[in-house]
Amino acid sequence: MGPGYPMSGVVARRRRMALARFVVTYRRDRAGMAGLTVLAVFVLVALLAPILIPADALDVTKAQGERFGAPSVAFPMGTDDSGRSMLLLLAYGTRISLTVGLAATVVAMVIGTAVGILAGHFRGPTSHVLVGVTDWFLVIPFLPLAIVLATVLGPSTLNLIIVIGITSWAGTARLIRAQTLSIEGRPYLERARALGAGNWHQMTRHVLPNVFPLVLANTTLTVAIVILSETTLSFLGLGDPLAPSWGALLDRAFSSGAVSRGAWWFVLPPGICVVLVVMGFTLVGRAIERILDPRGGLR
Amino acid sequence: MSLLDLREVHVAYASAAGPIPAVRGVNLSVERGEVLGIAGESGCGKSTLASTVLRLLPPSATASGQVLLDGSDVLTMSWGEIRTVRWAEAAIVFQGALHSLNPVQRVGEQIAEPLRLHRTTKGVRARVSELLQQVGLPESRAKAYPHQLSGGQRQRVMIAMALACAPDLIIADEPTTALDVMVQAQVLDLLTGLVRELDMALVLISHDLGVLGTTCDRIAVMYAGEIVEVGPGLSLFDHPRHPYTQALSGAFPRIGDPRARYAPIGLPGDPPYPGELGVGCAFHPRCPLAVADCLAEPVPLTDGVRCIRVDG
Amino acid sequence: MILSVRDLMVRFGQVRAVDGVDLDLDAGEIVALVGESGCGKTTLARSLLGLVAPTRGQINFDGQPLDYRRLKPFRRQVQLILQDPLGALNPRHTVYDAVAEGIRIHRVPGNEEERVADALSRAGLRPAERFFLRYPHELSGGQRQRVVIAGALVLSPRVLVADEPVSSLDASVRGEILGLLLRLRAELGLSVLVVTHDLGLAWNIADRVAVMYLGRIVECGPTAEVLNAPRHPYTQALLSVVPDVGRTRQQVLAGEPPDPANIPSGCRFHPRCPVVMPACATAVLPVLPVLDLQAPHQSACLRT
Repeated sequence: MGPGYPMSGVVARRRRMALARFVVTYRRDRAGMAGLTVLAVFVLVALLAPILIPADALDVTKAQGERFGAPSVAFPMGTDDSGRSMLLLLAYGTRISLTVGLAATVVAMVIGTAVGILAGHFRGPTSHVLVGVTDWFLVIPFLPLAIVLATVLGPSTLNLIIVIGITSWAGTARLIRAQTLSIEGRPYLERARALGAGNWHQMTRHVLPNVFPLVLANTTLTVAIVILSETTLSFLGLGDPLAPSWGALLDRAFSSGAVSRGAWWFVLPPGICVVLVVMGFTLVGRAIERILDPRGGLR
Repeated sequence: MSLLDLREVHVAYASAAGPIPAVRGVNLSVERGEVLGIAGESGCGKSTLASTVLRLLPPSATASGQVLLDGSDVLTMSWGEIRTVRWAEAAIVFQGALHSLNPVQRVGEQIAEPLRLHRTTKGVRARVSELLQQVGLPESRAKAYPHQLSGGQRQRVMIAMALACAPDLIIADEPTTALDVMVQAQVLDLLTGLVRELDMALVLISHDLGVLGTTCDRIAVMYAGEIVEVGPGLSLFDHPRHPYTQALSGAFPRIGDPRARYAPIGLPGDPPYPGELGVGCAFHPRCPLAVADCLAEPVPLTDGVRCIRVDG
Repeated sequence: MILSVRDLMVRFGQVRAVDGVDLDLDAGEIVALVGESGCGKTTLARSLLGLVAPTRGQINFDGQPLDYRRLKPFRRQVQLILQDPLGALNPRHTVYDAVAEGIRIHRVPGNEEERVADALSRAGLRPAERFFLRYPHELSGGQRQRVVIAGALVLSPRVLVADEPVSSLDASVRGEILGLLLRLRAELGLSVLVVTHDLGLAWNIADRVAVMYLGRIVECGPTAEVLNAPRHPYTQALLSVVPDVGRTRQQVLAGEPPDPANIPSGCRFHPRCPVVMPACATAVLPVLPVLDLQAPHQSACLRT
């Protein structure tokens, strides 16, 4: 973890050993492996979807099945209100939800962590400004802000990523700032300064690695929130109308009256998928956090 | 009958690799009005021993032997009996007063807690004031929070808490470590004064042999769970016999002794890890007098010293 | 003179942590700065390292005043050893990383691995390679302190400022670390400024002793003289309470050391002084110059 520093043989060897140890330890963590398996299934589906599923499956005009058809041999998960196969729709939806989920999370975490560390490390006007901006984003209610931004930017997947990223970073920033403040007071920071370390070195070599577990834990929480946000915004019709994300599917399900028809195969599966993915991320995140703490979990 | 009588006390902690012995066969007694010192460093088992007297060990620990407090064995008491004994007959002043006090509760309330647990609620405030006076703190400090007090004042609060139920025995675990030398003197004066005034017994645990030498009637030196030397305070301090005691004594040199100038005394290596003890003397790896025979078999405590190289 | 301080004052709002200090440190010298908590010795040490900016006064290194905008080259020459070795090491960095940090910050040329191994060996951790991949929590207190010292040595400094270097270590390990400091002075010509409340430590390794009280140095001189024949009443009181069977008359001063935010007028020690005179409340005592080894034993007291 040292960008720009020359690595000697010992250090490179150590990195390889550490990675190997990490993999071995992770394999022994049952909860972590369960979460990883769940995620792997979804990622596989997302990656294979465009290859295995013909684009026709999404085309409303080419729908084969009857409308609101119950699960059958031809359509294992039933059909939607236009007769398209639910199974194939869900598979495509995985791509969208995961893409938006991960991308928006990355945006939120990068902004949040950077702002948090900077606000915690520097004092004076820099800190005041950053904290003020963070508080502003925290105070404004998410949904109205997201709706306004999405409407202004227009309905597309990329805009959805931007909107969710912008509205989700503030909580992380606050958390990271608090942790940074506590790390700043520790003796090893003082030692680093005494050794002659500048701000960049202090923040990247000392603060960042020590807030990293918090960042990781927060990431899994953020992914969960982001995927739910995406589902919500798509449900409200703010996402790409053509993209069958899980939220959009839920939107169609409700607006087309699937509930009153008792078409549970239309209403339940998208929600269950969201739950499974969120759970998968949480388990993986916790497992990584457990393993990365060099004191083996003893705090 | 001694106030406290430890007979063949063994304490081990459970671990994935088997039981780890923290205390290995300690025999000690304390009389009323006596000040006993236990000298040792981290890992020697002194804090475990202190916790054993009030049966405050974690559930994973097993203790055997006899811990006779005024004749009754603490280890075999029922739950109800041990609760009455705790604090009313013996009390502990824990190490690190800073962390032993609840930071969000006023100090007066914390001193009152053992009173409320053991007696009626009448007269608690008066008793708290009396206790604060006894430890030399102004009554007004009862309303303070721990962070508003200095290190020395917090230590006094801990002592006041220990005195709350008028115990016969107080065990003070490293009461003066991390205190300035002047405050240390004040706290030691306070403790020894209380012993005289209230006719209590005091067990003082410290790694500073100088502190123990000047305040204790007898000193027992512990290393790796065993007592390696025991004797009258002054003579043990002036003429330590066991090589470990000598090293401990040399660690805090006598100011004015020209032999200590530019000659700090220390031991190579580190105190042993309790899980890795073999047969024979545990001090062997660091001992300047070690010979092959030291490892052959367990060394008994003869005439106050546990060492085959020292004439008993 | 390697390090030279004149008229140093460090104030934090109302708190006058350091209230006028003159101090010199010569090459190869070990000076002990002794005092209780709140006397300002820690602040003084930190300002010598450039970690705390002084309110007033001058700090010279090798004859040149400190340039607070370009402290990096200075930092290679003057290093810090902290009190708590567990806190001083980043728990996520291996021993190797901890020691190599200085090399990387200053981009010292040459083989990094060799330098790290050399520094660890000099600090007494042998064979050095065995410690490369360990983490601080896997080491004992003494070993951690050696790692901190190695981290300082790797830059080949000329001065070490040690803040309570052994107070959080086991008793039997103290001597080893103190012996290491003496050896480093002998082998490398290092100067050491030790900040401590432990007079015994000063007796063990210091050439000169300076006793601080409420931001000022109240007595200074060669160790043997100051500790055998103290002149200032505060030093006398301190020595009288060090646990030692030989001493009989203890002068335990009442109360806690007063507040550096409310420094008494006149002699700052006069409210607690056992031999106070009326003049002490108003007397203005000059800053005591703590100069080289040849300088005589001095005491900031009206009686001497």
